[in-house]
Amino acid sequence: MSAAKAVPLADLVAEAQRVLSICNACRYCEGYCAVFPALERRLEFSENEVHYLANLCHNCGACLYACQYAPPHEFQLNFPKVLAQVRKETYRKYAWPGFLASAFERNGLVVALVTAASIALALLFAALFVDPERLFAAHSDAQGSFYAVLPHGAMVAVFGVVFLFVLLAFLMSFARFWPDMGADATEFVQPQSFSNATWDAAGLRYLDGGGEGCAYPDARPSFARRNFHHFTFYGFLLCFAATSVATIYHYVFGLKAPYPLWSLPVLLGSLGGAGLLIGPVGLLWLRLRRDPELGDTRQDGMDIGFLALLFLTSLTGLLLLAMRETRAMGVLLAVHLGFVMALFATLPYGKFVHALYRFAALVRFHIERKRPLPEIGSE
Amino acid sequence: MDLTPFYDLLVLGGGNAGLCAAITAARTGLSVLVVEAAPIDFRGGNSRHTRNMRTMHSGPLDVLSDAYSEEEYWQDLLKVTGGLTDERLARMAIRQTEAHLPWMKQHGVRFQAPLGGTLQLGRTNAFFLGGGKALVNAYYRAAEALGVEVSYDTEAIEMAIEGGRFRSATVVRQGAQHEIRAKAVVAAAGGFESNMAWLREAWGPPADNFICRGTPYNMGKVLKLLLDKGAKQVSDATQGHCVAIDARSPKFDGGIVTRVDAVSLGIVVNKHAKRFYDEGEDFWPKRYAIWGRLIAGQPDQIGYSIIDAKSMGKFMPPVFPPLKARSIRELAVALEIGPAALEATVEEFNRAVRPGTFDHTIFDNCATEGITPPKTHWARAIDTPPYYGYPLRPGITFTYLGVAIDERARMVMDDGKPAENIFAAGEIMAGNVLGKGYLAGIGMAIGTTFGRIAGEEAARHVRG
Repeated sequence: MSAAKAVPLADLVAEAQRVLSICNACRYCEGYCAVFPALERRLEFSENEVHYLANLCHNCGACLYACQYAPPHEFQLNFPKVLAQVRKETYRKYAWPGFLASAFERNGLVVALVTAASIALALLFAALFVDPERLFAAHSDAQGSFYAVLPHGAMVAVFGVVFLFVLLAFLMSFARFWPDMGADATEFVQPQSFSNATWDAAGLRYLDGGGEGCAYPDARPSFARRNFHHFTFYGFLLCFAATSVATIYHYVFGLKAPYPLWSLPVLLGSLGGAGLLIGPVGLLWLRLRRDPELGDTRQDGMDIGFLALLFLTSLTGLLLLAMRETRAMGVLLAVHLGFVMALFATLPYGKFVHALYRFAALVRFHIERKRPLPEIGSE
Repeated sequence: MDLTPFYDLLVLGGGNAGLCAAITAARTGLSVLVVEAAPIDFRGGNSRHTRNMRTMHSGPLDVLSDAYSEEEYWQDLLKVTGGLTDERLARMAIRQTEAHLPWMKQHGVRFQAPLGGTLQLGRTNAFFLGGGKALVNAYYRAAEALGVEVSYDTEAIEMAIEGGRFRSATVVRQGAQHEIRAKAVVAAAGGFESNMAWLREAWGPPADNFICRGTPYNMGKVLKLLLDKGAKQVSDATQGHCVAIDARSPKFDGGIVTRVDAVSLGIVVNKHAKRFYDEGEDFWPKRYAIWGRLIAGQPDQIGYSIIDAKSMGKFMPPVFPPLKARSIRELAVALEIGPAALEATVEEFNRAVRPGTFDHTIFDNCATEGITPPKTHWARAIDTPPYYGYPLRPGITFTYLGVAIDERARMVMDDGKPAENIFAAGEIMAGNVLGKGYLAGIGMAIGTTFGRIAGEEAARHVRG
C-alpha cells in the first residue's frame, strides 16, 4: 500500500526543523490551531520540541492548502506530512517495552496477525475446553449462555492480565514522554491546564481548520472528520462504560450476563457499538479519499488496521447480541472475544497511542500558554 | 476546458482584484471567464503572498481594535507617497474598505487577530486567517460556485481594441492560441516585477541583483499591451514596493519569510564594509519599505545587517540562519567583505555610541555622536560575541507603473477619455493611488475596492 521510502530519524528531525523555521518566519497559519502559537514561542527546535509540536498537530490539513510554500514551491513545505512522519517516530521512541517499538513498522500487518492469532486462540480454547455439545447448542439468556461456553473465571483472568499490561505500557510511555517535553510531573495534574486540555480533546477543538472545518480529505473545509471521530471516540467510551457497568452488576449485584436488551450494559453497548460502526466506516471512507499529500502514506496500514479492528470488534459484538440465543452464539462469542483481545493487546502498539501523546501535548500547551511570550520586535 | 469564445466578461488575472471583479459580475448573472497565467498551484498572483488589508473603521470590530478614520488613513497614505496619489481614487479605496469585510466574509474569507510579531498593525489592518493563499482559495471556491470559469496556465498575448472599445483577446494555452470575445474586460493581471528584462530597462544593470519576492508570473504582458494600445500611464517603471530581504532568498516567490528585521538593532554596511544610512531613523515597521531602494543604491546592490549577541532573538526570526562568528574579523570573512574595513567601521561606530537606556519599543535615547551617517535610536555598541550577519538584497514585491483609471474603474486612454468597456483593478492600476512609497496592506484595499467596482461597472455596461 505504501511506496514511499522510510526516512532516517536524523533526516526527519532536520527536515522538521527546516519546516518549523520557515513557519516561524511566516506565521500566516497561526490562527488555525495550537501548533503555530506553540512554535512561535521558540527560535530553535530541539528534537524533543519537534516531538511535542508533532503530537500537538491534529492533522486537520488547513495549513497545507493555505501555505504559499507548499509543493510544488521550491521550499517544498509540507507541514502536516512531516509532523505525521515524526509522530510515528514518537510512537516508536516512547513505546514500552522498547523492543515492541518495531510493532510500528508494518503496523497493519502486526495488527492483522495479532487479531488472527487472538481469534484462533479463542476458538482453540473453546474447542479444547468446551464440550462441543454446549458450544454449538442454543442457550436461552436465562441459562447464562456466555459463561456456559467460556467460563467467567478464565475470561477475567486473561483479560485482566492484558488490561493491566496495557495500562502499564501507557503509564511507562507517558512517564518517558512527559519529561522530554520539559515539564514537571506535578504540572501534568495542574487542574486548569488539565481541564483545558480535556475540554479540547473532548470536543476535538483543533480538528476544525480554525473554525470552518478540516481541509480533509481535501481542500474543501468540512466537519465530516471531526464528526466521525466523535462517533468513534464516544462509541468507544460507551462500550467501555457498558463493560464497567456490567462488571459492577456482576460483582456488586451478583447479576450474571447476558443482560436483558433494555438493561444498562446492553443499551450502552449497543449505542457505543453503533458509534463504532458509523465512526470507523466514516473515517475509513475519508481516509481512502485523502489527498496523499496530507499525511504519511507509510502509516496507511496503521490507520486502516486500527479502524478495521474497531469496526470488526463492534460488528461481532452486535452480531453476538442479535444471535445470542441461537446455535451460532458459541463461535460468535469466541470470535468477538478474539477481536476484543486483539484490540486491547494492540492499543499501545497502534494508532490508539495518538490519544496519549496528543493529550499530553495539549496539557503541555496549556501550561505553556500561561507563560509570557518571548519579547520580539516586529515588522 | 473548452474555451467558449464569447463571454459577457473576460477577466485577465486571477488574483484578489480579478476574483473580486469576477464574483461581483457573476452575482449579477454575467457569464465570466477568468484567465490566469499561473498553473493552479501558483494561482492568485501576489495576493497569495499577502496577509492583511488596511481597513478604515469607525469603532472596534471583531478583528480590529479601536478606530481608524478615513482622515488618518489618508494622512498615512499622503505621508508615504509624498503627495504622489490621486486623492479622489485614494479616498474611494479607503472609504470602501470597511464595507469590504462583510462582503469578504460572505465569500468565504476568514479573519483573525493580528499575527504574532505584528501587534502594531492590530488597529489598522485586518488579517486573513491562513494568509493570502487561503483568501485566494476561498474566492476561487466562491467564483466557481457562481459559475465563473477559470482557465489556468493561460496567457493573454494580444487584445483587439478600437477607439477605446475592447472586442476580443488572444490567449495562449498549452501552446494553442484561442480568441476570446467578451462584452467587457477587466485587466487585473498585476505589474511587471517578475520581468527581469523590463526591470533592467528601468533600473539598468543593478536590476540583475534584484530578487523578486512575489509571484514569478507577473510579467507585465497585459500592462504592456494596454500601454501600447494607448492607455494613459501612471507612475513610472522604477517605482514599486521594494524591501531589503535576505540575499540567499530564491530569485522568485520567496514571500514574507525572506524579510530580515534585524536592521534597526545593529548596523548595516555595504560591500566595502561602510555604513550608509541611519539604521535607527524610525521604527522598523515604518522604515522597512525604504531599505530595498537604499540597498539598490549601494555597489553591487548588496548590504549586510550586523548585530551582536545582545540583539539575537529580539526580532522576528528570519528564514535563513545568520552567519555567526566569534569576532568581527571572522564574521567579515564569513560574509566575504574586508575584515580590516569591517573592524574599523564597527570600532568607529562603537566609539560613537553615547550612553543611554535601550528600549526597542520607544524612540529611546541610544544614539551615536560624531559619525556620518548617525544612528539616532537604538544604538548599542556591537561588542558581545557571538556576532551575526545577514546579507541583504533589494527584494521587489510589486511595481507601480500602471494604467490610469477613473472613479468607475474604467481605463483612461491617452486622450483623457475613459475606455467604453475596459476596466482595470489591482496592481495594474495601483499606481493611481500609490505613486511611490508603501503602506502595509493597502495593495489589498486597492485591489478589493477597484475589483468590486470593475465588476459592478462591467455588469452595468453589459446590461446596458
